[in-house]
Amino acid sequence: MERLKIATVWFGGCSGCHMSFLDLDEFLLDLAARVDVVYSPVVDCKDYPEGVAVCLIEGAICNEDHLALLHRIRARTRVLIAFGDCAVTANVPALRNHLGSGNAAAVLQCAYLDHAQDRPRLPAEAGIVPVLLDRVRPVHEVVYVEHFLPGCPPPADRIKALLTQLLHGLTPHLEGPPLTFG
Amino acid sequence: MAAKTLTIDGKQLSAEEGATVLQAAAEAGVKIPTLCHLEGLHDIGACRLCLVEVAGGPKLLPACTTLITEGMEVTTASERLKNYRRLTLELLFAERNHVCAVCVANGHCELQTLAGQQGLDHVRYDYCFPPWEVDATHRLFGMDHDRCILCQRCVRVCWDIEGAGTKHVSGRGGKAKIISDLDDDWGDSETCTACGKCVQACPTGALYHRGSTVGEMVRDRSKLEFLVNAREKKLWSV
Repeated sequence: MERLKIATVWFGGCSGCHMSFLDLDEFLLDLAARVDVVYSPVVDCKDYPEGVAVCLIEGAICNEDHLALLHRIRARTRVLIAFGDCAVTANVPALRNHLGSGNAAAVLQCAYLDHAQDRPRLPAEAGIVPVLLDRVRPVHEVVYVEHFLPGCPPPADRIKALLTQLLHGLTPHLEGPPLTFG
Repeated sequence: MAAKTLTIDGKQLSAEEGATVLQAAAEAGVKIPTLCHLEGLHDIGACRLCLVEVAGGPKLLPACTTLITEGMEVTTASERLKNYRRLTLELLFAERNHVCAVCVANGHCELQTLAGQQGLDHVRYDYCFPPWEVDATHRLFGMDHDRCILCQRCVRVCWDIEGAGTKHVSGRGGKAKIISDLDDDWGDSETCTACGKCVQACPTGALYHRGSTVGEMVRDRSKLEFLVNAREKKLWSV
């Protein structure tokens, strides 16, 4: 059987969803026997490869780098999973959204100038520091997403249930009380 | 009082005249999802989650304010109703700033729980991110309008049970807002008795005890039910 190519990506989130992924414990060994993790924060690979079967997407879409990579991921991946509340609802990163238009400038001002102790300066390096988007967006507002795994973070057994169903070629179906935001 | 016979989800049952569909269903063990309903308060049909189908009419009716009639045939869980319930919940999430992960009511929130039970894994509408504020002027309680679903439990408990009449609704539609007195700071209210019944009644994290942090806002609904039973039925058992 051909080994499936799996990817995970970390956008605007705290990495907690990836920690929950590591909480899969021994299931990670079963997974490793069946899939290749071709792109991930824990894999040393700079470019998102072609022909990926499943990508777990952690985090909200906050800046231009996120946006560009997300579109590349969509074009090169069969199944996208919005992985955790930041990807599903935009969650905490989107707290700046209700400050209205111009919120990106306002939060940078607050964080890097108003409360800076030494050498207040806005981070701006063209081509290195990505520009913040006007509004933080959940993943499915930008590209089509096949499946959703809410939770902050999604519990490991939920991740396992979803991946197991996908690996068996089933359409994932999750329900019940642990399927909640937060 | 005369009894009426009806069917709910094909189940034949009888209930007292004057009972609502929600009460008759509860007696028969049929659970209809609710958000604005709270035992002890009069029902107003605000949240639309308890909508049911009644044979013979095209309209969906709120179970909490619809009285039973003889021979009524009620459906509580058709695909159409499930779709509407999901849609209602999605609109509630999209309309204000519900950030479950950092909410005082995380894990104890009726909106969050209901969304999970109804299989809501994402919201299909764009979030509005409205600029609501927090009223933290009261010495004991806070009101975060970001998390309010306008169920008006706080208004009803303030008027019906406490009798203080501090809480009201101002505005219409998306701009509707729970206010204290004449839209004053809650801390300046001359009518608020600081009884905390509104905080006990709130289904989400909109009303909270000051100082509570993520997931700490656990409520005791039985206190309100106890008060109502004590007054109306003279039952003082705890």
